[in-house]
Amino acid sequence: MSDKVSNPTSTPTHTPASNAGSDAAGNSASNSASTAPYELVIGLEVHVQLATQSKLFCRCSTRFGAEPNTQTCPVCIGLPGALPVMNREAYQLALRTALALHCEIPAFTKWDRKNYYYPDLPKGYQISQFDLPMSRNGWLEIRDPKGEFAPKRVRITRAHLEEDAGKSMHDEVAGRADSRIDLNRTGTPLLEIVSEPDLRSPREAKAYLTELRLLLVYLGVSDCNMQEGSLRVDANVNLHIATPEGTIATPIVEVKNVNSFRAVERALAFEAERQYEAWLETGQRKGDVPKQTRGWDDQRQITYGQRHKEESSDYRYFPDPDLAPVTITVEQVERIRAGLGELPAATRTRLESDYQLPAYDADVIVNQESAFVAYYLAVADGCGDGKQAANWLTQEVLRLMNERNWTIGQFPVPASGLVELLAAVKSGKAPATRAKELFGAMVDGSLALDAAMERLGIAAVSSSEIESLCRQLLADNPRIVADVKSGKAQAAASLIGQAKKRNPNVNPNDVRATCLKLIEQM
Amino acid sequence: MALSRADVEKVSLLARLQLGPAELDRLTGELGRIVDFVEQLSELETREIAPLAHALDVANVFADDVVKPSLPRDEALANAPKRDDECYRVPAVLGE
Repeated sequence: MSDKVSNPTSTPTHTPASNAGSDAAGNSASNSASTAPYELVIGLEVHVQLATQSKLFCRCSTRFGAEPNTQTCPVCIGLPGALPVMNREAYQLALRTALALHCEIPAFTKWDRKNYYYPDLPKGYQISQFDLPMSRNGWLEIRDPKGEFAPKRVRITRAHLEEDAGKSMHDEVAGRADSRIDLNRTGTPLLEIVSEPDLRSPREAKAYLTELRLLLVYLGVSDCNMQEGSLRVDANVNLHIATPEGTIATPIVEVKNVNSFRAVERALAFEAERQYEAWLETGQRKGDVPKQTRGWDDQRQITYGQRHKEESSDYRYFPDPDLAPVTITVEQVERIRAGLGELPAATRTRLESDYQLPAYDADVIVNQESAFVAYYLAVADGCGDGKQAANWLTQEVLRLMNERNWTIGQFPVPASGLVELLAAVKSGKAPATRAKELFGAMVDGSLALDAAMERLGIAAVSSSEIESLCRQLLADNPRIVADVKSGKAQAAASLIGQAKKRNPNVNPNDVRATCLKLIEQM
Repeated sequence: MALSRADVEKVSLLARLQLGPAELDRLTGELGRIVDFVEQLSELETREIAPLAHALDVANVFADDVVKPSLPRDEALANAPKRDDECYRVPAVLGE
């Protein structure tokens, strides 16, 4: 069985290369590979499922993974006489997202029927938004902490709220037997976020997607789980090629079925080369052939042509008479904007300026979920050293999280525990050389610092204990004492090893200093 | 603006309706009369009238995001021309 994202359509208002290039904000228009004889032009359409409990126009559950066709009702399977009613929470989540993407929010918006025929679309139309979307003209800034491309603002054409289609499953074993249709997903709220064709390399495209996903997760508007189809990407791509007769554009291709950000990157790199080869061979330009849809085959790492249905782009949009339009005032918009909280880009800037973190560290921390940032801030504020906190988080905490597949919420040591450990190291209560080991014990046993020290047999060693230990060592090692007296101070090193055997908690520097002091007095 | 036979052919294709020549003729006539009827509206002067997105003067109709019971599966699938225990069955969805 293979599940396919089977909506065969795209937003016809989006024409990627129509206004590409020259006016993209902050766009240096550089190629991914400076040697490429063309400029790659990419616009992305992202569909994200909003994190509501119920569907967009009915109250069926949106839970993923339920038995097929157990979450449907007359509204979402299009039975006659059913009346859709807009989910308030879905609209609010869409609005928060649009504002976080710096979009304008028109005072008036409405929903339209997009008519097409497909087995996973029981009503024969999708309720979407056509000419009056709920938001438009936004932007999302992307930057690369390693500086592989210049920071740029990718313009957002629009973000609109629509319903999802169902799922077709094709029984491959049975060859050309029936397809099976599960309509549980039908009517799940989707936000379609359409970018302008401002992206110029596969890496930029990936950075855009990564930043967008981070923003959506920060806002809590979607879980963005790609395996479960909560976030889906279509890429519109073509080339601008400089020729002696001027710059020409190759036909626009829409690449679908791309199910990871890495796959998007690879599909775009493949498509760039393929389109260049095709242009050399055929000389075809944009407008010579209809827009082509290609799928991405992750196994073979190639894009392949999909059959194009004649007239598939005649959607005969008209306003849905069953749904009331939505109006919003400037005051309402501003209230929602004010409640957005700090977004990733602002957090990065704050970590760099207020906590003196290098851009790279700030990026690593902010690119985790927002609870991780909260953990970092608690540790940094608690220990008073932003860089030290960053080192512990990016090295120890993240490593353990990855190893054990934990979220920061599942991490067994709270920020206060790490703060306590760092304070103990600073005061000398815990040996710096064993700090990581101690942290490991705190994590493994979900222990507080004192309990972890006890578990490892680490106890604070008083200076009188060190002195009596050193006196014994010197008495037992007259030869070393003689060597040190004759000027070979490094001979004291072997005393440290012995000291640690007798009491593993001693600080080596303390032992060395005390021994040398005692020998001098002898 | 008379409706042509080609218009009806195109719309029937989009709706996946297979119409014979006689049906096409009949529907071209019937649908044409409906279109002509609506066409009378173009006689009105509308330059001063703002476009309307909805017939009723209502806006902002929302429901709370609270899950309610769905249809039992057997009931949901009851009208399907073809089905199995879990799913609707349809002619194979176009391959890649």
